Amino acid sequence: MPHIEAVDVSKSFGGVHALQGASFGASRGEVHALVGENGAGKSTLIKILSGLLRLDRGQLRLDGQDVRIDRPVAAERLGIGTVFQELTLLPHMTVAENLLLRREPRGRFGLIRPRELTRRAAQQLRDLGLGEISVDAIVSALPLAQRQLVEVAKVVSRDPAILLLDEPTSALAEREVAWLFDLIRRLRDQGRTIVFTSHRWNEVRDISDQITIFRNGQRVGTFGAADIDESRAVELMTGRHVSAIFPPLPPLGPATPVLEVRGLASGRVHEVDFTLHRGEILGIGGLQGQGQRDLFFALFGAQRLRGGVIAIQGHPVAIRHPRDAIRAGVGIALVPEDRKSEGLLLPMSVRQNMTLPVLAGLSRMGYVDLRRETQTVGRMIQQLRIRTPGPDQVVGALSGGNQQKVLIGRWLLAEARILLLYDVTRGVDVATKHDIYDLVMTLRAEGRAILYYSSDTAEMAHLCHRVLVMREGRVVTELRNPEITADALVRASLRLGGGISA
Amino acid sequence: MNAVTLTRLAARDRLRHYALRNASLLLSYLVLATMGLYYVAYAGSHGQLSVFSVTSIFNNTMPLLIAAIGQTFVVLTGGIDLSVGSIISLTNSVAAVYMRDSLGGILAWSGLILLLGGVAGAVNGILVAVGRIQPILVTLASLSIWAGVALFVLPQPGGAIPPGFTAVLAGNAWSVIPASAVTLGVLIVFWMVFRRTELAVSLYAVGDDERSARANGVPVVWAKVAAYTLSGLFSALAGLYLSAVTTSGDATTGAIYTLTSIAAVVLGGVSLFGGRGSATGSMAGAFVLTLIVNILFFANVNPLLQEFFQGLVLILAMAASVLVNLFFGRST
Repeated sequence: MPHIEAVDVSKSFGGVHALQGASFGASRGEVHALVGENGAGKSTLIKILSGLLRLDRGQLRLDGQDVRIDRPVAAERLGIGTVFQELTLLPHMTVAENLLLRREPRGRFGLIRPRELTRRAAQQLRDLGLGEISVDAIVSALPLAQRQLVEVAKVVSRDPAILLLDEPTSALAEREVAWLFDLIRRLRDQGRTIVFTSHRWNEVRDISDQITIFRNGQRVGTFGAADIDESRAVELMTGRHVSAIFPPLPPLGPATPVLEVRGLASGRVHEVDFTLHRGEILGIGGLQGQGQRDLFFALFGAQRLRGGVIAIQGHPVAIRHPRDAIRAGVGIALVPEDRKSEGLLLPMSVRQNMTLPVLAGLSRMGYVDLRRETQTVGRMIQQLRIRTPGPDQVVGALSGGNQQKVLIGRWLLAEARILLLYDVTRGVDVATKHDIYDLVMTLRAEGRAILYYSSDTAEMAHLCHRVLVMREGRVVTELRNPEITADALVRASLRLGGGISA
Repeated sequence: MNAVTLTRLAARDRLRHYALRNASLLLSYLVLATMGLYYVAYAGSHGQLSVFSVTSIFNNTMPLLIAAIGQTFVVLTGGIDLSVGSIISLTNSVAAVYMRDSLGGILAWSGLILLLGGVAGAVNGILVAVGRIQPILVTLASLSIWAGVALFVLPQPGGAIPPGFTAVLAGNAWSVIPASAVTLGVLIVFWMVFRRTELAVSLYAVGDDERSARANGVPVVWAKVAAYTLSGLFSALAGLYLSAVTTSGDATTGAIYTLTSIAAVVLGGVSLFGGRGSATGSMAGAFVLTLIVNILFFANVNPLLQEFFQGLVLILAMAASVLVNLFFGRST
């Protein structure tokens, strides 16, 4: 008998069917992965099981007993703990206050005891092996990965019999993923049931006992982890045959430098030198948080430079503002990981988002030439395979991967020659990832130069001509195409190069 | 590293985090301390410093200060209460018309008036939390409603407040300590205790991130209703205090408190986005606003320019708050 079970569950939002008669069950003491494309219904199912959403039809069961889970508190009482994809930490409270929210230690007259609260929270973090996170820190000041760890710690410390994790690894680097998987295995061995979702097949394969595949709001099948391989799983998820995960990478032609960076310093980046060539995909590797983000944002003018020279085709340029980066003659564009806050205007249409920087070129005497705009945008939608009902669709309603494509489309219209792609596939479903890989190859073939960072090591290994591995803000190793493997990348990232590491 | 060093590091770490988190609050204390010292020095050197002048500053601040505490509860949840001023007008009018000089009468009417404020606040809260109407709309409507009722209760300024009532709230204990200072002490203790209750945690959580608060099982609706109810209750208390200080009734006297209570809250470093700040900051903000008036008066500034300078101080304080947050590297 399954420990937790959803039978024939349906849920719609407006006219969109997120779940249509989907069933799912996980047995006691197993790690059960839920996989599927974005919009397949995984997150919706998790939200229903955790009481954040109410189901329209269907039944939930716990150990064979019908249960109602209509509020988060109801799930908590039934021993269900959830780590949501969108974190539920309170940003301006401390780590300690978050960890023990609503379970604060009380003293006389039922008043909260602040010191005891801090002490107990610190103990909990130490017990979970997270002692390096300060319990007095304000959550919003922590890096995303640490926030994710705190969220996991918060839920696990409530001692749930069933642990649901929605994309817990998307913000984590290898080392933290290893920590999480360790924890998951320990919890499983204690007889707890773990359900989790992930877009990274390696992780699904490594950690799960059972794998359930969802497509279009329905279950396609449940398999033992040993009984299914990646290509079969992708086929079931997408409903079509996907030939290879990564497209082949053609070798680089004659090396024509496009972007030269010398002695760049900004934020955590110190003294970085590199040259990016026409048609090249240059990876920036390393563990998460080694200054990669600062490097990308500095090149785009979104972060102040402390020093160094940036030259485009041999001419030094001053980039103090994104305006400087995207103007003609420079043509540097950034596609960041967090589209919501850094780039797209979500309530506006695909058309408006794409043509924003080039409106002047599409206008005549101050009026936008709508026909030309429509043609241009339509062409882009086709070329990038953006899945949208039309150019006037609101961007916020598109899936994450398609939002990325809209942003890439904008920069292509703005004739960017150098694209800074920062973790663009994070949290993006398999099929769209595939489109993005193809797109990167096309852009490369057109002679654009691409600087690429991804938290997915496999991607770095397969997509890049060269990878510069960063550690503590400096480039420590350069790997070239045949020698770039996931294994080599991880080793280069971790190798201790003397200095501050202890 | 030995244990002592570690403890010291942890303590320093905690202090740093505290300063970071409370930069705006500490700034409001600093502004108040500076103005307070300036006032004492100026008044002292001009022979104007007396029990009377200090008592009158406390008395003049108290209605605003109490209203600002009420406003703080609501602002912490990310809302705003525009009905504060009308509830003060209403309660002042009711007190002036009905309160008679007998212990029983004073106690009964004080209780009734507080109840009235609490109910008025609860209605706001229910409309906001259950009815899901924007706080600014709900409280703008109740602002009009209670202003109207106040005029109906007391069409002409007048009425009388029992002298005994005034003596207790606005007099001096042992003819030295202002009763208002004692009230202030009680209010500070109240806040420090309140800060450690479950309700306080809920208020901050709701204002910080309502979605997350809900996912963590925080009773969002209850927290909001409680915040507006407390705001109404404190507005009524402010109205009572105002009655004691002015010793008469006026159905329009409360109007300024809507905006000045918000100004005090902002000066006190409470975030208008909710989830951050402290009522002790709002109290400091209320004193700052009163002291400005007194200092301007001493400095012989044209009284017609009073509001101009109040606004100027408000803007300067906000600019300083932004700068402090920038300096600490994080405005979020």
